[in-house]
Amino acid sequence: MNQAIPQESDQHIETEVDFVELDTIIDDEFGNDKENLIMILQAIQRKYNYVPQPALTYLSAKIGIPYSKIYGVATFYSTFSLEPRGRNIISICLGTACHVRGGERVRERIQESLEISDGQTTEDQRFTLESVRCIGCCSLGPVVKINEDMHGRISSDEVDRILDQYE
Amino acid sequence: MNKDVEEAKIMKIQSVKDLEKITREYSTSLYYPESIKVNIGMASCGIAAGAEAAYNTASEAFANDKAVQIGQTGCIGFCEVEPLVEILANGRPRVMYQNITPDKILDAIDDYQNGLSKKKWILGQMRDPRSILEGEIDNPVGKVEPFEAIPFLEDIPFYKGQVKIALRNCGYIDPDCIEEYIAKKGYRALLEMLDHSEPGKVIETIKESGLRGRGGGGFPAGIKWATCAKHDGDRSIICNADEGDPGAYMDRSILEGDPHSVLEGMLIAGYAIGSRQGYIYVRNEYPLAVKRLVTAIKQAEACGLLGENIAGTDYSFNIKISTGAGAFVCGESTALMASLEGNVGRPKAKYVHTVEKGFRDGPTNLNNVETYANVPAIVLQGAEWYAGMGTDHSKGTKVFSLVGKIKNTGLVEVPMGMSLKEIVFNIGGGIPKKKKFKAIQTGGPSGGCIPERFLDLPVDFQKLAEVGSIMGSGGMIAMDQDTCMVDVARYFMDFLKEESCGQCNPCREGIKQVLDILTNICAGKGKEGDIELLEELGSMIQKFSLCGLGTAAPNPVLTTILYFRNEYEAHIRDKKCPAGVCKALFHYEIDADACTGCGVCARKCPQDAISGEKKKPHTLDQELCIKCGICYEACKFNAITIC
Repeated sequence: MNQAIPQESDQHIETEVDFVELDTIIDDEFGNDKENLIMILQAIQRKYNYVPQPALTYLSAKIGIPYSKIYGVATFYSTFSLEPRGRNIISICLGTACHVRGGERVRERIQESLEISDGQTTEDQRFTLESVRCIGCCSLGPVVKINEDMHGRISSDEVDRILDQYE
Repeated sequence: MNKDVEEAKIMKIQSVKDLEKITREYSTSLYYPESIKVNIGMASCGIAAGAEAAYNTASEAFANDKAVQIGQTGCIGFCEVEPLVEILANGRPRVMYQNITPDKILDAIDDYQNGLSKKKWILGQMRDPRSILEGEIDNPVGKVEPFEAIPFLEDIPFYKGQVKIALRNCGYIDPDCIEEYIAKKGYRALLEMLDHSEPGKVIETIKESGLRGRGGGGFPAGIKWATCAKHDGDRSIICNADEGDPGAYMDRSILEGDPHSVLEGMLIAGYAIGSRQGYIYVRNEYPLAVKRLVTAIKQAEACGLLGENIAGTDYSFNIKISTGAGAFVCGESTALMASLEGNVGRPKAKYVHTVEKGFRDGPTNLNNVETYANVPAIVLQGAEWYAGMGTDHSKGTKVFSLVGKIKNTGLVEVPMGMSLKEIVFNIGGGIPKKKKFKAIQTGGPSGGCIPERFLDLPVDFQKLAEVGSIMGSGGMIAMDQDTCMVDVARYFMDFLKEESCGQCNPCREGIKQVLDILTNICAGKGKEGDIELLEELGSMIQKFSLCGLGTAAPNPVLTTILYFRNEYEAHIRDKKCPAGVCKALFHYEIDADACTGCGVCARKCPQDAISGEKKKPHTLDQELCIKCGICYEACKFNAITIC
């Protein structure tokens, strides 16, 4: 919930936003409807891998919601990232079932190995680490999802081998 | 496998007769297939275990072979042994194979055709594949000679004692095929109701059935429906599919395995309450559930069972899907409605209830996925039938997800009132690795931890509340001797601190203070008086928070203090974590008598902290040890001890 606004050091990787494409999302997919704000933001994030700030400004003018409110929504929900994310998204499940089966140790191992903490991206943009609350695959706990791949029943000594599979 | 709406031979359904026609046609493929049929359980859990790859392997191998047909179903519940594959043929028993990974799928199909010799791969054969609604049709395998020396699925401890109402079709039908749902008595309740039931009568049925909301609060559904129907305005029907309790995944399973049952339940609610618009608020973390819902809605619309003038009547009802964005608080009804309106999900004080003024300020009825999935069965079989199951105040069945330190992880549906012991030890198979049972956690972050001495407790809404926990959405997390109860309390407070919306003081500040104290205790900095302070803070948060998230938030702390006070005291006074979880409060040692010198721990240790000669007791360098626990998990001789 607590993503920071893009820092100055991030400016060089600011994504170019295609406003015509944004229009397609806002108008055609979601009927320029204010009630669809969350789903519009999700669609923008799917497209850019995060929610770029220019898209928020544009969305505000286009859909008629104050920027402050859009910013509020984008920072309230944990799905949204206002900073560029890495090429591979690691989602570590911290549901209760994974927790009692050692999920915390797996997270620690990943953090040590990549030298980043929860919500951060490695300097080479290879990985972003995000924790999620239960993905409902409790029988496979502890579970780590990397992009769309599910890695189940992993122990902390397997972490490096799994991470090596992603470039 | 995904039957596109355009491709399917979809007909407009006008009457029960039309449903019967489809039923006749599709009961062939469901029960008496012309070829060998292979049904692969393809819910998210199955796919994660390798089901999709197995499906692809099998589809490719039999692409040009009409003698074997590959299909998909949802989750049949026994997640521990997924991927699960059911194989059947006309005139032969139906056999469930377990742990069928892609490398085993072709051999399993071959095994079914040639003698069933791979006994270890076989979970069981089915005595009766009919759902609870199909009593009047003959048992499709009733006259089939069963295989010898293969157990019946219904006799396996995991399935014995289960009664499937909400999960009646999960794992038995292709969720992307509306006809298979119809062939299992789907949409029958809707059409019969439209034919000859007044809305008021439907509400009476739900009231008399005693159905209570399955999402957490357990409010009687019939009363909610009646109150909503009483208020004038643009009424909305909402399905809460934002399953947020960690460790509970029954709603995902229903949406992925039987989406039409939820749509039908909402359609019935819409008719009874007098609404023409429904919304499903579903977690964004469940992409497969969203996909299957979209397919189901398109199919139902194409059949004329959803949309304008349903089945040629005056009743019109539409359903829109909205995806959530990862906020636990949106499980709270007013927060969910705010989120549906495109706002930040902050709860409102309930001076006025949502049944009067909810979504867009109109009367709104909100139930969760499991509640709606029960509705068609109740309307079809009658209130008395449903009320005949369960206990005095909790009728029918409840789906539980058995997870954590338990042998048979999975989804089980049992009549209300079954004891915790039966659920955990008979169905769940008890605790793995010969460890000792410590507690069962129910109700997610708003629930509590129930110790061993209450194992005989019959599980229903009242009884769980009496011991300080709640039913919640039905998550049951088993904990063993290696689970630290102070750490569990800290874990939930950490969860709730992140998820508190932050608008009211008692919840926002109170939870933070509780978390700080617990974090200190876990770090070895606990002091006398901390326990009492936690109790005082807990009671304050319970009394003064605005919404259900806050008022229930202290439950995990208060129940662990109540039942596991000795663990708190060990942390604070003795500076010890008996379970070996809180790193500052224990260390590992090698028991020289038990150590065989096999060297597994030394090879696995990431710090090279363990050394020793082969076949001689090893030693552990405390300076280097980071207490990652890898050696403890790896040692087969219990030679690594917690001190």
